[in-house]
Parts: sequence; C-alpha cells; structure tokens
Amino acid sequence: MSSAAAPATGSTPPRRGQRRRRSAEDVAGLGRTGAGVFVAPALALIGLFLVFPAIWTIYLGMTDYRLTGFAAVDPEFVGLDNYARILGDPTFWRSLRLTLVFVLVSGIIGQSLLGFAVAWALRRITGWAKTLIETLVLAAWVVPASVASFLWIALLDRREGTLNEILGTTGMAWLIEYPMASIIVFNIWVGTAFSMLLFSSALAAVPPSQLESARMAGATGWQQLRDVVIPNIRGHILTNTLLITLWTFNTFTPYLVTAGGPNGESEIIAVYIYNTAIPGGQLGVGAAISLIMLLINLVVALGYLRVGRARGARPAEASAAEASAAEAGPTEKAP
Amino acid sequence: MIGARRRVAVAFASLAAVSLAAACSGGGGGGGEETSGEGSDGPVTLTITANAISGGKNAAEADWIRDWVIPEFEAAMEAEGRDVTVEFLEEGVDDEDYKTKIALDLQSGEGADIIGIDGIWVGEFAEAGYIQPLSDVGGSAVDEWEGWDQMSESVQNAMSFEGDRYGVPQGADGRVLYYNKDLFAEAGLPEDWSPTSWDEVLDAARSLAEIDGVVPIQLNAGTAMGEATTMQGLLPLLAGTGTEVYSDGMWNGDTQGLRDVLTAYRTIYVDEGLGDPILQQEAAGRDNSFAQFAAGEIGILLEGDYFWRSVINPEEGVGTAPMENRDDVVGYTLIPAQEPGAGVEGRDFVSMGGGTGRVLNPNSENAELSWELLAFMNSAEAFQARVEGTVSITPRDDVNAEVLASDPMLTFVSENVLPINSYRPGLAAYPQVSVALQEATAAVVSGTSPEDAAAAYEEALIGIVGEENVASE
Amino acid sequence: MTAAAGAPTRPEPPFVTRVVTTSRVRHYVSRVLAVIGLALVVVLFGLPLAWLVTAPFDSTPSLAVQWPDWTLSNFSAIAENRYALGSFANSAIIGIGTCVVVIVLGALAAYALSRVRIPGRDGLLYALLLLSSIVTGTAAMVPTFQLVNSLGLIDTHLAVVLVVSGGTLPTVIFILKDFMDSIPKSYEESARLYGAKPWQILRDVVVPIARPGLAFVAVWTLVQVWGNFLVPYLLLRTTAKQPAAVLMYTFYTESGQADLRLLSAFSLVFSIPIIAMYFLVNRRYGFRFHGGIKN
Repeated sequence: MSSAAAPATGSTPPRRGQRRRRSAEDVAGLGRTGAGVFVAPALALIGLFLVFPAIWTIYLGMTDYRLTGFAAVDPEFVGLDNYARILGDPTFWRSLRLTLVFVLVSGIIGQSLLGFAVAWALRRITGWAKTLIETLVLAAWVVPASVASFLWIALLDRREGTLNEILGTTGMAWLIEYPMASIIVFNIWVGTAFSMLLFSSALAAVPPSQLESARMAGATGWQQLRDVVIPNIRGHILTNTLLITLWTFNTFTPYLVTAGGPNGESEIIAVYIYNTAIPGGQLGVGAAISLIMLLINLVVALGYLRVGRARGARPAEASAAEASAAEAGPTEKAP
Repeated sequence: MIGARRRVAVAFASLAAVSLAAACSGGGGGGGEETSGEGSDGPVTLTITANAISGGKNAAEADWIRDWVIPEFEAAMEAEGRDVTVEFLEEGVDDEDYKTKIALDLQSGEGADIIGIDGIWVGEFAEAGYIQPLSDVGGSAVDEWEGWDQMSESVQNAMSFEGDRYGVPQGADGRVLYYNKDLFAEAGLPEDWSPTSWDEVLDAARSLAEIDGVVPIQLNAGTAMGEATTMQGLLPLLAGTGTEVYSDGMWNGDTQGLRDVLTAYRTIYVDEGLGDPILQQEAAGRDNSFAQFAAGEIGILLEGDYFWRSVINPEEGVGTAPMENRDDVVGYTLIPAQEPGAGVEGRDFVSMGGGTGRVLNPNSENAELSWELLAFMNSAEAFQARVEGTVSITPRDDVNAEVLASDPMLTFVSENVLPINSYRPGLAAYPQVSVALQEATAAVVSGTSPEDAAAAYEEALIGIVGEENVASE
Repeated sequence: MTAAAGAPTRPEPPFVTRVVTTSRVRHYVSRVLAVIGLALVVVLFGLPLAWLVTAPFDSTPSLAVQWPDWTLSNFSAIAENRYALGSFANSAIIGIGTCVVVIVLGALAAYALSRVRIPGRDGLLYALLLLSSIVTGTAAMVPTFQLVNSLGLIDTHLAVVLVVSGGTLPTVIFILKDFMDSIPKSYEESARLYGAKPWQILRDVVVPIARPGLAFVAVWTLVQVWGNFLVPYLLLRTTAKQPAAVLMYTFYTESGQADLRLLSAFSLVFSIPIIAMYFLVNRRYGFRFHGGIKN
C-alpha cells in the first residue's frame, strides 16, 4: 500500500509524518494573551459550574453526609471509610462487572461496530434507502431519553409488547428475563448515530486514490478496509472509542428502562450511584463511588491514549494486525 | 414562596424599588430579609407545595388546592381585611425526586410555607432540623385547634415523631385482603370470607389454583415495587407474627417472625406456585396486578383502601382499572395474624397505616398565618370539598361519619382497620432498611432459602445502622 | 471489527482467473448480505419508533403498535393541560440558551486551544472531560444546588443553562478542537496578510468552514439538554417554568400508571422540534463530525 497519501487539499501538512512541524504554530496571530482571552470565558464557566461542584463532591465522598436525618445537620469526616465500605460491598463489584460488560458490548462493540458498518455500507448508496436509514438511526439518537426509554418499555412489554407480537413469544417478560441484554440493545439503539456520523465523516476523508490503487491491485473489500481505510482513520477510531467509552460508562438512561432491576441484575454503575444517593439517602457514599468511577475512567482513557500515542509515533506503514490492535488493545486493558 | 429572592420578587412587583443586592443574598437558615412595607397587615404571599399536579399525579388534590382552598382562603382573609395571596407550586413527580427537592429547599432555608410530605419522612426531616414541632412554628393557636379532637391518636401518629406533632395528616389508610367473589364461588369457597390465620388464606389460594388461568394470590414482593412490597407485603405479615421492624430503640434482624414471613413467601411463589413471580419484578408490576385483578385473573390481593376507592372505582374517569361490578364482585376482609392472637400487641388481625400530611416550614416569614391556612385546609368544610369527587377516608371523624356512610367498604376500613394499624419507624435509616427487606423477599422468590435471606437481611441491616443498633434472636 | 490478526500483508499470488470468478461471486454475496444487514438495521431502529408514530393518533392507545382509529383528540388533551404548552417554550429557552452559550464559548476556546500551544492543554482537556462525568451524576446534585442557591439563581432558567453548559462544555471543546485542528492554516495565514484581527479570522474564516462541526455540536448539546430531568427539576421551583422533560414525568397516576393518551401525544410533540432541528441544520450546513486524536 502506498503511504503518505496525496493530501486532498494541497495545504494540509501530512498528518503522520516523522517530520511533523510544530502542529500548533500560531497562524492566527493570537499569541498567548489572545488565546487566554479566548479561553477565559469557557474556563470561568467550567471552573464555577463543573470543577467547583466536582471537587466539593469529592470532599463529600469522605464524609457520612446524608440529605436527611442527623447526618444532614452535622456530617462527620470519615476519611476513606466510605471507600473501604464500597470496596467490601459485593453489590459494588457486581455493578462494576455489569458496567464493564455494558461498556464493552453496547459501547465499544455495539455502537462503534454497528456505526462503522452502517457508515461503510451507506458510503456508496444514495437516494431514499440512504435517507431512510440515516434518518432512523439519527431519530433514535435525538429522541429525548425519557421518550426513548418509554418506546422500549412499550416494545418489550410482557402483555402488549410489539416484540412478543412479532416473535410470537406471548408473555415473554424481556426486561425481567434478559435485563442486561435489553439495556445493551437499547443503548446501541440510542447511541449508534454518533459513531455512524463520525465514521461517515472519516470515510469521506479517506483519499480515493489509495482505495483506487488497492482495487486495481485486486484487493477485496475486506483487504481495502484493512490496509487502506483503517490506517487512515485510526485517529477517528481512537476518538470514537474514547468518547463512547466515557459516555457509556456514565450513562444513566438505562435506569429509565429497567430501574436497575430485577434485583439489581442491570444495575450499572450510574444507576448504582443513584440508588445509593437518592433513594438510599447516602450522598457521601454516592459521591465516593462517583470518584471511583472517575478513576476507572481515567485509567481507561490513559490506556487508549497510550495506545494512540505509541502507534502514532511509528512510521506510517503500520500493519493491519496493529491497526486492529488499536481497537482490541484497550478493551483488554480496561479491566 | 418565602425564599428571599422570591419574596423580593413579589415585593418588587408591588413596590418596584428593591436593590438587586438584597435579592442575591442566599438563604442561610432563616429565610431572607424583611422587605420594607411588608408588615403583618401589608400584602402577604403564602406558598403551598405538594407532590401533586393538575392533569397528572394526585390531580384531585392539586385541583382542590387550586380551585377551592386558595380562592376560599383568600376570600376569608379579605373578609378580615387582610391582603393575602396564596401560590401553589405543583410537582407531581416520583416521590424520591420530590423528597430530594424539598430536602434541598429546607436545607438552604428556603421552601414553601406549607409542604406536603409523606408521614414516613417526618422522623428523618425532624432529625435533620428541617422541620420543627407544629406548636413551635405556628404558635399557641396550634394546640388550641379544634381539629385535633376529631383525629384519633393513631391517625395523628402518622405525622408525629417522638411524641410531637410535626404536621397535620391529610388522610388515613388501612390495608385489607381483597378477593374476587366470582372466583371464590367457582372454587367452592364462601363468598363471605373471613380467614383467621395464614393457613386459611393459603388453603383458599390452593382451592383457587384449581381454576385455569388464575393467579390464586398476589402478594407484593421484590425491589421493583419499592415501598409497595414492604407496605402491602412484608410488613403486614411481619405484624401478624408479632414482630416489628424496629422496637425498643433497636432494629430487629434475623428473627423467627421474619423467617416465618419469608417462608410464607416461599410457599406462595416457589413451593406451590400460588403467585406469579414474574409479575413482582416488572417495573409496572403493581399496575399490572391491579389490571389483572380487575380482569378477574387474580383471586386474592393484599392492598390498601386506595385500591378500592381509586384504582377499581367504576366511576367515570377515576380509576385506572375500573370494575363495573366492583360492589358485587370484590370482597374484602381483615388481614389475619399468623395465628389468632399472634399479631402485634396480641391482635387477631393486623394492618399497616401510611399516610401523608402537611408540615409548616420553620423558615416561614409568616408562620402564624401559615398555620391559619393549614388549619383552614384541614377544616371539616375543606375535607367535605376535598372528597366531593371521590370519597376517601379523611383524618377527621366528624367528616368521616358524614361522607363514608355511602361507602360500606371505607366505613369498614375506618371503623375496623384504622384501630389495628401498625406504623413504620420514621427514621432516616428506614428507606434503606425497607430496600433490604424488599431484597429479602426478592431473594426468596428467586429461590434462596428463607433462613439465608433472613441472615442476609441482618447483615445488610448491620451495614446500614451499625451492629450496636441491631437485635437478633 | 477486529481484523483477523493474520500475517502482515503479502502480495497475493496471481491466480488471476480464480480471483475474477470468486471475486464476482463474492461481490454478489456481499451485496446480498449488505442488503439483508441494512434491512435488519431498518427494523432495529424503526420498530421502537413505530409506536411514536401510531399511538398519538389513536383514541385508545395501548403499548402495542396498532393501526390507529385516527383522532387528534390526544393533542387537544395537551392543549388542555395547564402546563404542557408552556413547558415546550421552557424547553426551547433552556435548549437554545445552552446551545448559544456552549457554541460561543466552546468555539472561542477550541480555536485558541487549536492554534496556540498552551502548556498542558491536552491534559487539561482530558481532566475536564473526566470531571464532567462526576458533575452530571446524581451525587453532585447537592453541591450544584447549594452553589446555584448561593449565587441567587434558584428558579431561573439561567441557572439551568449555566449548569448544563458547565457539564457539556468540555466535550464540546474537545469535539470542536478536533474539528479546527483539521482546518487548513493557509486560509488564516492569507487572512492575516490582509491585516485581519484574530477574532475577525475566527468569525469570517474559521467559523464558516467549521459550520458542519458547529452544527453537530449544536444538535449534540440540544440532545443532552432536551431530555434532562434532574437539573431543571431541582433548580426550578415554579411549575410554570419547568421544561417538557420534567412535565412528562407528571403524566402518571399515584401508582405510576401512565396516561397513554397524553404521554404518547406529548412524546411526539416533544421529539419533533429536535428532529426538525437536526434536518434543518443538516440541510443548511451539512452535518460533519471531524474527529481524530492527534499526537
């Protein structure tokens, strides 16, 4: 395969050359001060409404704070007791295990793969079929969470649900018998649009000349994908995987479908935090779990970035095996 | 709204001269500053909040407050030469979310003057200092109020904590066993059924099991039903064994009573299949049990009087599962103790009482006037207006005597069930304990042995309240 | 889609004839498979949405998708609800407000971060991205409420806009920065030769090119805000100020049974603006998301 594609616009510096010039030279003439002025309003807002409450929450995680009862008036500082309790609680570990399955299957495999597959399949289709599919996938994404969850509750209902009607499985309580599968499919339904959009943008940016020469050489679709497309969109794959992982890890929407039930069988971590903090009233413990969740997210993100960096530093002739490792690697590291 | 800003906003409208700086001082624990020109005789605004909304949850209450309470009270005040405006902040969401919101409000020294809360929250709100005994807030007029004489001790208890009244109850409820007379006839059971022990109930269920396509008995279980599992399932049974969740300042863990209750669950759902275990786990399980009972598919159902007056009420637009032939087909009877005399305080029959009410906000700028409004909302006249559309049991004996006459079932509850009600402990830990109890039933229904489930409950209890507060046998 | 991690690429041996026939068959088979696959995608994504299209027009909607006996009475039920129409207006105010704040601040910040090397900028961005997961969770509700309360913003739409903006800005900046990184710098260089100031370059050069990215972010933000329940619910006191996402949860009876007539019609009306916005934005600006983490 040819390396260093002829850039589509003559001006873009090659994205992965060893001779990368300083990527951020100051073409706009902003200067440090100007940049500071541009960044300041956003940082001020983030500082006040994101960092400040987040740090406060981390502090709460070290108290026995509750919203009601004696602990509300006079919360005690308990240091790391909450963490000891959480780590000794089998419910937490179950929740973490469910979350990892949920992230892996619904986020990384489901949303990313399906999103890519749809984008790949649609790249050469035009007309009504393309419009229909894009519209449906996007509609699922933009429908508000409260509506989306209700649509699935209706679809999977035991008595009147459309799915039982179609499959002839009368009386099947999907949300009870297969709660995890239900929220995984639900989450794929909700979130695939993002990956689809990202990958269709990415595929549009793959230099046609490279694909053309691969075709001339008699490469199958699969080989084109492996040798031309994936090396070209590695950055996109990494971005997508990172964002999808973070979002899936923190999503609360499945609560609206199964409420974490039955008996906690679909209690992913965001739901576990909610159940601890609001119905259970233990805000301190809930805050502590939030921090644990953040640390796990941090490890995962660093893992991805390491993979991205390590690969980006290599010459462009990365082999297909490594290209695939970009996706498989982090998922193996995540737990 | 007595929140500083909000009150200022009102004054702003009337006076149009308030500095923004004053408006921005956050509430710290005593409401905000007094604005000039708002003396006791000036224009005053009171606010009411409740988890009710027109066109949604608890719509009847919301409509009554909006269409009757507010205009009537404002007119009554005007007749006394006082300029009072009442605002109603409607909510109508999930109880947990509502509770979070009013707790946040009270914590920051804000909130409405009169707040509707569930009786079970009284203890934890009082412990947190969010609410205070009524007479401390509303003044001497509270203890002199005529309404207390019309409310029985047990009804008042629903809004009391450690011997102090914190709020005025807005209703009273009790729990009974409902049964379908048609199915009973089909199974050769008496139409006038009054079991005196658990065994008699189970025997009736076994007879009903002969009929195809009928769930003999549905007893709330599992975590999906939330508090319905504890109030309409585990706790009435536990009371029937003479055990309480909390007694003499201790939480009771792995007791014989709890094991007996869980064994009964096992009998119903696992050993003999007398109930539908899947129904218990559905998010809308309770609703579905209503619908199935209304459709004649459930034989025996343990529910509150709410089920009778609201859910299966045949009147147009009242019930979610109306039963045209309710009065002929639906029977009701007291919940028996495990054995005669085995119940709490040696009772033969048991029930659980819940109930909601309204409290005064200690941060209120116009506490005494707020009490006047609260007393007005609980006058005989107000309750008569309240139950005009659908009859329900009011906390007032004088009103009950008048309005319940038309409904033998509610009369039955009022006369026979309310006196034998047990109540939940109103402590901050209770919601978590309740979840642990629900989990115990869920475990049994899904196959765990009653002994293991009871032991696991005790372990969970120790985790919640600490070992020193748990008693076990 | 983990590739069969086989040997590194080798040139194929030239069995030309076989390659041609197998590739033709293979081509045909893959075509059929693609069609089947896409049909399944249509079913998967369309099936749940079907209820949203049929139930609102049914005089007696159930949870089942059924051919409705057409009526518009469910929509008049919305009009009769005291708060329903106002709640859509509130959703619009909060949604548009958040979009404006996030896009203006996000674009400024993303551009600066993209063009000027600020020490530790990537680390900062990732740290904020992670922190946003805490703040959008339930545990942070108390600090957020207390903060808004002490700022004197309780019961204002502004509070909801600011809190949601704070939670979504890191992601928005992350996405926009990626987008701006991909914009050729030569345009800016030539604009500078003509003496344009940085903010003029941003306004007249960068923003027009970045429009598809901005459009994407706008829709993404709106999706985040539109369905958000807890933040507006806790920060707003007056019922008449609550957005549609909050009001939707009030269409249940005490026992949690949904009023399907109201709920179905409301859901449809609630979803249409956001779907419409997506189409509008897509038609006018295209809808591209450019994202690749660079090293």
